[in-house]
Amino acid sequence: MAKDSRLILDPLTDNNPITIQVLGICSALAITAELEASIVMSISVLFVMGVGNVVISLMRNIIPSKIRIIAQLIVVATLVIIVDLVLKAFAYELSKTLSVFVGLIITNCIIMGRFEAFALGNGPWRSFLDGIGNALGYGIILVIVGFFRELLGSGTLLGIPVLGDPIEKTGLYAYGYENNGFMLLSPMALIVVGIIIWVQRTRNKALIED
Amino acid sequence: MEHVELFFKSIFIDNMVFATFLGMCSYLAVSKKVSTAVGLGAAVIFVLAITVPLNWLLDQYILQPGALSWLGAEYASYDLSFLSFIMFIATIATMVQLVEIVVEKFSPSLYNSLGIFLPLIAVNCAILGGSLFMQSREIATLGLALNYGIGSGIGWFLAILAIAAIREKIRYSSVPPALRGLGITFIITGLMAIGFMSFGGMLTGGDEGAKKEEKAASIEVIEEEINKEEATTKSDLELAQNTNK
Repeated sequence: MAKDSRLILDPLTDNNPITIQVLGICSALAITAELEASIVMSISVLFVMGVGNVVISLMRNIIPSKIRIIAQLIVVATLVIIVDLVLKAFAYELSKTLSVFVGLIITNCIIMGRFEAFALGNGPWRSFLDGIGNALGYGIILVIVGFFRELLGSGTLLGIPVLGDPIEKTGLYAYGYENNGFMLLSPMALIVVGIIIWVQRTRNKALIED
Repeated sequence: MEHVELFFKSIFIDNMVFATFLGMCSYLAVSKKVSTAVGLGAAVIFVLAITVPLNWLLDQYILQPGALSWLGAEYASYDLSFLSFIMFIATIATMVQLVEIVVEKFSPSLYNSLGIFLPLIAVNCAILGGSLFMQSREIATLGLALNYGIGSGIGWFLAILAIAAIREKIRYSSVPPALRGLGITFIITGLMAIGFMSFGGMLTGGDEGAKKEEKAASIEVIEEEINKEEATTKSDLELAQNTNK
């Protein structure tokens, strides 16, 4: 049981898919200008990874190893189509913001990586936990990046102004605070992730590369 | 002109790595040495140049709403666009496999340099992203789709070449220990992306030129019309004078 809980907890910190394994960065950076988009993206990945890992793990003895990549891609693509249709039905505006990046969950390296490294060699329950853990590890970075970019960039969280009104000069803006529009531009996502990695490796010296 | 504009736009302005963060995984993982970076970059150009036009054909003749009308009038109302993810990724995976077999058969030397990277490419976000952006930007013709594929491939190639060269040099600098390796690569990529944003102004000048030309053309049209009117009024006057006589 202790082992099972490690499957969920490890990816959150010391074996984080983004900052340590360097997987799944493509979609992580492009959609983090708003907290809401990051949260929805994390939930989508959570669904695809949890279900996908179970499906692959159940099929692991049937899939011929030569065509396993294509078989995995078909499983992910099917799950992503479900996510895409659900988003279009219930959150149309948001699905416009995420645009092609929902589709790009298919080639999110975390998913293929976990299929290859874990689901093909373990039972469904452990694979499910591993999927959930890695998706949470991915989600937590997305949420941190989205939080800082939205807070510093437009002074809001989930679309709600938290620092006061920039036009009527209330709250922090009364003291001359300005939104840093630069945070909303795409390069800042890279730099914020770079800083997260810096902080994490300073706290845990074992992770430092030579 | 349209082709040149799209080509430069896909290399510099909408650069896959710096503007949309596609293919970041292999960009970070394979950029430790310039020689391997060149191999992977070349493979990406190659595969994008094949898959984007192919997926354009798929999109145009099978997936788009009403695309099946070439089969007969009763198919004209079909909309298969929800299948595009699965079709695109299947095409890409198949093409990568085919390219691998063909290259291995006909050019062993190319296979030795590209070979190990080809399987990696099937799951490279840049390849699927190329096809998805091709679809969402509604690229009009097959020629433009090919152009877009090659252009974004070259953009990706330039990006990975640049970061590999920087990473080879940065090994001799004293980076703070916790930033070494991955952290500093992220930050350098961010700075390069800021640099690439300056290319955004490249095409606006061209747009203004085009608008001026349009204006000039419309002014000419108006002048012609005025001349015609004058001519007709003149001829009317002459007619009137003639009849008066």
